[in-house]
Amino acid sequence: MGLDAKIPQGPLAEKWSKHKFNLKLVNPANKRKYDVIIVGTGLAGASAAASLAELGYNVKAFCFQDSPRRAHSIAAQGGINAAKNYQNDGDSVYRLFYDTIKGGDYRARESNVHRLAEVSVNIIDQCVAQGVPFAREYGGLLDNRSFGGSQVSRTFYARGQTGQQLLLGAYSALNRQINLGKVKMYTRTEMLDVVTIDGHAKGIVTRNLITGAIETHAGHAVLLATGGYGNVFYLSTNAIGSNVTAAWRAHKRGAFFANPCYTQIHPTCIPVTGDHQSKLTLMSESLRNDGRVWAPKTVEIAKQLQTKQITAAQVKEEDRDYFLERKYPSFGNLVPRDVASRNAKEMSDEGRGVGTTGLAVYLDFAEAIQRMGEDTVRAKYGNLFDMYYQITDENPYKQPMRIYPAVHYTMGGLWVDYNLSTNVPGLYAMGECNFSDHGANRLGASALMQGLSDGYFVIPYTLGDYLATIGPKPVDKNHPAFEKTKQEVIAYNNKLLSLKGNKTVVEYHRELGHIMWEYCGMARTEEGLTKAKAMIKELKADFWKNAILTGGNDEVNAALERAGRVADFIELGELMVTDALNRRESCGGHFRLESQTEEGEALRNDEEYAYVAAWEFKGENVEEELHKEELVFENVKLTQRSYK
Amino acid sequence: MSGNMNLTLKVWRQKDAQAAGKFVTYKADSISPDMSFLEMLDVVNESLTKKNEEPIYFDHDCREGICGSCSLYINGHPHGPKQAITTCQLHMRTFHNGQTITIEPWRSAAFPVIKDLGTDRSAFDRIQQAGGFISVNTGGAQDANATLIPKVVADEAFNSATCIGCGACVAACKNASAMLFVSAKITQLGLLPQGQPERYSRVQAMVAQMDEEGFGNCTNTGACEAECPKEIKLTNIARMNNDYFSAKLFRENHVHDGGGE
Repeated sequence: MGLDAKIPQGPLAEKWSKHKFNLKLVNPANKRKYDVIIVGTGLAGASAAASLAELGYNVKAFCFQDSPRRAHSIAAQGGINAAKNYQNDGDSVYRLFYDTIKGGDYRARESNVHRLAEVSVNIIDQCVAQGVPFAREYGGLLDNRSFGGSQVSRTFYARGQTGQQLLLGAYSALNRQINLGKVKMYTRTEMLDVVTIDGHAKGIVTRNLITGAIETHAGHAVLLATGGYGNVFYLSTNAIGSNVTAAWRAHKRGAFFANPCYTQIHPTCIPVTGDHQSKLTLMSESLRNDGRVWAPKTVEIAKQLQTKQITAAQVKEEDRDYFLERKYPSFGNLVPRDVASRNAKEMSDEGRGVGTTGLAVYLDFAEAIQRMGEDTVRAKYGNLFDMYYQITDENPYKQPMRIYPAVHYTMGGLWVDYNLSTNVPGLYAMGECNFSDHGANRLGASALMQGLSDGYFVIPYTLGDYLATIGPKPVDKNHPAFEKTKQEVIAYNNKLLSLKGNKTVVEYHRELGHIMWEYCGMARTEEGLTKAKAMIKELKADFWKNAILTGGNDEVNAALERAGRVADFIELGELMVTDALNRRESCGGHFRLESQTEEGEALRNDEEYAYVAAWEFKGENVEEELHKEELVFENVKLTQRSYK
Repeated sequence: MSGNMNLTLKVWRQKDAQAAGKFVTYKADSISPDMSFLEMLDVVNESLTKKNEEPIYFDHDCREGICGSCSLYINGHPHGPKQAITTCQLHMRTFHNGQTITIEPWRSAAFPVIKDLGTDRSAFDRIQQAGGFISVNTGGAQDANATLIPKVVADEAFNSATCIGCGACVAACKNASAMLFVSAKITQLGLLPQGQPERYSRVQAMVAQMDEEGFGNCTNTGACEAECPKEIKLTNIARMNNDYFSAKLFRENHVHDGGGE
C-alpha cells in the first residue's frame, strides 16, 4: 500500500499558505456541535486544546498526571528555536528549514520542516503575549543564544527552564478555556484504547487512576499528544510516567508506527551510579559552549582514575585526549548530539572511560573558569552546576563533571500526513508522539518548537478540514463499538492483574532496557539486533507467565499502571529492533556499524533508504508489515554530513 | 557495599480518602548513599511487591525537580531537611546509618489524601483556572519585540514564574495558606506589561477561589518561603495584598469572566 502524505503542490515556500486556503472551514455556528478529544497536556496537547476551544469546539482533554501542568515538556531546559533573525546574523526561515533537514540527516519531509520553520516566528509572539518570561537584554529586547551546533543565534530561552515556562504559558491558555467551560479537563485519567467506527476514530477508553473506573468518551476526532517512548530503554531522561501506551494501543487499532528505531541519545547526562537508578538527568548541552570534553589518553590512566588512585586534576595536559576537538577541529565540542554521544561511548568501549563504572568522560570547566572567572561561569551555568552537585556530591567548580550519553528523545512515532492525521481517519498525532519533523536526528531546541507549532498553528487549520468533511452529526455514544472496546480493555487489565509470578514489573522493564541499550542503542549490528529480537520475544513470554502484580482494579494501583505500560514497551521494543534491522544504513541517531565512512561517521544509503518506514500491526506475535513513504527532496541536495 | 545504610521508616499508610490512616514501620536495608530518596522508596516497594504486599503509594514523575509531582513530609519538613530542593532531588547521603525517618503526606484540609502519601492538589488548578492567565487567543499576537520589557522586570517575573505548584508552601504553613503559590502567579503576570489589563480582576478572582478551596490565611511566619524548593520570596505575598486591597478599594468593578462567549 502506498502512503499518501498529502503534501500540497507548488513551491516549497508557498505550500502551507496555499494549503491553508484550500482547507475547508467549519461554520462558526457549527463549531460548538463538534467534540474533540485530546490526550496529553504537554506543549502540543495543551496548546491544541486551548486553540481549538478558542475557535469554538468542545474539547475534552486528558492527562495521567494529577495536573496538566506536570506533563514532561516541563523538563526541557535549553530553549526554543525561531527564525526571527533578531540578531541580524543571517538567519531566515529557509536557513532554519535547511539546518533541520540536514541535522535530521535527510530523513524528514521537506514540506513539514519548512512549515515548522515558517510558523516558528509566530510561536514566540504568542508566548510573549501570554506572559512567558523569556530572557531579555538590558534594552528590553528578547535575548538569543546559539544552541546545539547552530551557526546562528536563534534560540529563545528562559534561564535553564524554557520548557517549564512555555508549558505554563500553554497551561494558562488551557485554564482560561476550562474556566469558560469550553474544555473539560480529566486529570489522573489514562487512555487505554481508541474506539473506531467504520474505520474512523470516534472515541477512547480510559481508566480513572483514582477509582479504577473504565470509561468511554466519544468525539468527532481523537488527537494524541502523548509524548515520546524513550522509556523503552528503562533509563532515560524522560519522566517515570512517560509511556508509549496511548500511541501503541492506537497502533494496534490500525495507525502505522513510523521510524521507531530513530532515537536520540543525548551526550551530556549525569552517569549511572548503580542498579537502583530510576532515571537519568540531563544537563543542558549549552554546557558544551564552554566546557571541554576529554578522556585520558591511555587505559592505564583511566584505570587509576576509576579506582580513585588519582584525581582528574592530576592527569597531565599531555595525557588528556580532547577527542572532540581533535577529531572535529571546526565544530569541536559543539558537534551534533549523535556525534558527541557516539564518541563518548567509543572512549568507554576502549577502556578510557572515567568514574567508578568507567562509563563516563569528563566535561571540564577549568579553562573556562580561568578565562572568564568563576563568577561568570556561575552566572551562566550556576543552576546546572548546583544540580550536578546535588546528584553527585562532586563540586564541578573544583573538578571536571563526569558525563555520559542517555536516551533523551524519540524521533519516530505515529505516522502522520501533512495534516498531522494518522492513516486512521479522525485520529491525529502531534508533538513527540508523531514522527514528522526531525528525521533521524533532532536538533537542540527544536522539540519545543515542534510541539507548539503542531498545537497552536497547524492542527487548528487541518482538523477543521476533516470535521467539515464528516459533518456535525453527533457521534452515537451507544454504538456497540464503545462497549466492545471497553470490555476488551477490562479483559486485558484483568489478565494483567491475574499475574502472580515472582518477578516484578520493574524488573522486566529494567531487563528490557538492558537489551535495548546494548543492542539497539548507540551502535547497532545485524548480529546484535537479531539476538535482541529473540531475547525480547522470550522476555514477553516470560512477562505474561511470571510477572507479579499486587492490588486490584478498583483502587489507586501504580503497579497496574506500570504493568500496562511495560507490556506495551516490550512490544514496541521488538518493533524498534525490526525497524533497525530493516534499515541497513546509518543515519542520524541510527548507527549501523556495518555502514560507516572511513572516518567512522554515519554513512547513509540514499538509493535504497530515503524513505519513511511505516509499520502496520498485523496481530499478536505476527511480524508487522512495512509500508514505505518515499522521501522526495526537491530543494536540498543530499550530502554526507561532516563536522570536521 | 561499604557505606550503605540500614534505616527504619515510619510511613503513613491510608487506603483511600475515606479510610483512617496509620503509621507503619518498615526496614530499608543496604541503602546506597547515592540513591535519591524516591529510589530508596522504590527499593522498599520492590521488596513489598515480592512479598505480595501492597507497595507504598507516592506521587512522582520527572525526578529532576521541575514537574512538582513529588511531595512528602520528611522528618517534619516538606521535601525533607535540605533547602531549595524537591524530594526527588534529595539523596540518601543526607541521612546516616541507623536513622529513623518519618514520612507523611502533605497535611492540609484542602489537599485530601488520595492514598498513602499521595494527595489531591486539584485546588491549585482551580485557582489558576479562576484567573491565572492573560486573555489572548492564539494568532494575531504582535511581534514579540514590539513591547520592550526591562531586563530587571523580566527577571523578577521569571523568579515568580519558577513556582512548580508542588504545595510545599501549604504543607509548611501552620494555617495551610496557599498565599505564596497564588501570589507567585499574580506577581509574574502583574509585573509584565501584557498582564496589566486584567491585573485587578485577576487578583480578585484568584483570591476568591483560594478562599473557596479552604486554604488558610497568611500570618507572616515565613515558613512557606523557607521550605519552597524554588525559593519563591515572601515579597510576592506583599505584592498580591497590595493589588488586592487596591482592587477592593477602587476597582471592584474589574470583574474576571475570562472574556469569552
